[in-house]
Amino acid sequence: MPEISNYTLNFGPQHPAAHGVLRLVLEMNGEVVQRADPHVGLLHRATEKLAESKPFNQSIPYMDRLDYVSMMVNEHGYVLAIEKLLDIEAPERAQYIRVMFDEITRILNHLMWLGTHALDVGAMTMFLYCFREREDLMDMYEAVSGARMHAAYYRPGGVYRDLPDTMPQFKESKYKNATETARMNEARSGSLLDFIEEFTNRFPGCIDDYETLLTNNRIWKQRTVDIGIISPERAMQLGFSGAMLRGSGIEWDLRKKQPYEVYSKLNFEIPVGVNGDCYDRYLVRVEELRQSTKIINQCIDWLRKNPGPVIIEDHKFAPPKREEMKDDMESLIHHFKLFTEGYTLPKGEVYTAVEHPKGEFGIYLMSDGANKPYRLKIRAPGFAHLAAMDEMSKGHMLSDVVAIIGTMDVVFGEIDR
Amino acid sequence: MSEYYSKLLATAKQNLSGLIEQAVVEHSELTIVVSPLNLLKVCYKLRDDAAFACEEVMDVCGVDYSTYENQPWTKERFAVVYHLLSIKHNHRIRLKVFTGGEPPIVDSVIDVWNSANWFEREAFDLFGIVFDGHPDLRRILTDYGFVGHPFRKDFPLSGNVEVRYDPEKQRVIYQPVSIEPRINQPRVIREDNRYISGQEEEHTDA
Repeated sequence: MPEISNYTLNFGPQHPAAHGVLRLVLEMNGEVVQRADPHVGLLHRATEKLAESKPFNQSIPYMDRLDYVSMMVNEHGYVLAIEKLLDIEAPERAQYIRVMFDEITRILNHLMWLGTHALDVGAMTMFLYCFREREDLMDMYEAVSGARMHAAYYRPGGVYRDLPDTMPQFKESKYKNATETARMNEARSGSLLDFIEEFTNRFPGCIDDYETLLTNNRIWKQRTVDIGIISPERAMQLGFSGAMLRGSGIEWDLRKKQPYEVYSKLNFEIPVGVNGDCYDRYLVRVEELRQSTKIINQCIDWLRKNPGPVIIEDHKFAPPKREEMKDDMESLIHHFKLFTEGYTLPKGEVYTAVEHPKGEFGIYLMSDGANKPYRLKIRAPGFAHLAAMDEMSKGHMLSDVVAIIGTMDVVFGEIDR
Repeated sequence: MSEYYSKLLATAKQNLSGLIEQAVVEHSELTIVVSPLNLLKVCYKLRDDAAFACEEVMDVCGVDYSTYENQPWTKERFAVVYHLLSIKHNHRIRLKVFTGGEPPIVDSVIDVWNSANWFEREAFDLFGIVFDGHPDLRRILTDYGFVGHPFRKDFPLSGNVEVRYDPEKQRVIYQPVSIEPRINQPRVIREDNRYISGQEEEHTDA
């Protein structure tokens, strides 16, 4: 019988468990991975170069399309960089709105991760449950920005508009009768904040459901415990951040350590793992879901009590009100200049980082004093995580590769940029 | 925050004297410029010296300075920018190396921080900066067989080639790009004196 030596296996880019367009070239010895070589870039759109050719505000929608499951947090990193270079600050109400939507986005992202990770490992039901809740979160996005996903809601100096007082309603149709419609509209009768509150009251119960299905599930544990272990020292060497770093036992969260916006005023905790395996990272992220719910509740309380402006009054950066434009020449000029040429930034360079659901999302913005960035570098957390694929999967079985891709929470919009 | 970085700047000048060209604190961020010759020495120092303790490199990226301020750039054309993070001390340091020539060459920091691997591959792919000592310097983001370095300022935004399926040859072919380059909004630099006052700047040469 001929001796079978190592052979190469192509995993993806059209594999459902490859989470998008990952092409993984695996060198296998039987079913054991000897070397993994991820090929990325199949979704490369040169976002950074496109941003160099446009005024600053016109690149905000590109940010949504980086990590397309946590849209608003990407925008947040970008507008913070502009604000830092301009030395302006958003009004406090805008900061609370941003923090609230960051946490809504975190839930949105973690639900996507949980659903697909569990689906990859074999738990079909999780996927359906997670997407049920995601629907409500997308409705919040839609209510505030008009788009379910690519919101373009954060602007330098604040947010585009205040939270709406009414929610869009379902209408009766031949598929939905009156009682059904009324039931669906029940949570939507009040303002957006009421709708979010109804969600946060219900959501901890949903997390309990997820945990009932997974946390002590024998199959889930067999597939994730002791898989892809990363020691704290290695995690730092490999440039990990976010839940990947916390799963290895390093207490590091930018929301606590380098607080931006109003995170320093809010009360929440940072979960930390012990073993650095896939199961610990799962536990960390599930706890983050609970903590995010807590943060959202605090934001709702504050936002209810404190009305106010949501974007700065300086019309060099924020458009003037529509009514003002009708009879004020100054406003009309401001509006025209802002939407054609945009504004110029002072010469200089800044690096801002936000705690993205996936890790540290950094924007390195370099300006030479023009109305467009000279260089914009997006530091995507998933890029560093996926680079560790070889180290994490070495010596594991082929089926564990799927669990490791899942635990890294990769999205190719941000990795390929 | 700014005071902390002023102190760090003083420490950097003391502990790295003779190795760095320039150290500046701007926008509460410390930037250190080093020459390519001293890069590795400085990197090891920044990682191992307890005063800096930069355990992680968060980002490595290339910059092409050739059209900076819409003027011809006379100094070294490229820069490699490293963003370092210390988890122990909770601070960030930006390290900058200028390099020129064709191809521009910089030492790889992959032995200091393993995570530099893919970031350096990316800078090579997009800017053509060669990292000396990198074990696997392949293209990463662009297509297999791609020609050129797309993030250089002289590379057109719409690229040089486009792909389409040729029904006669019955295969996918590359052809010169058919998109007309256009600029919707010209790039302008405006002197805006609003920014001149009120900026904390501490320019010092090391």
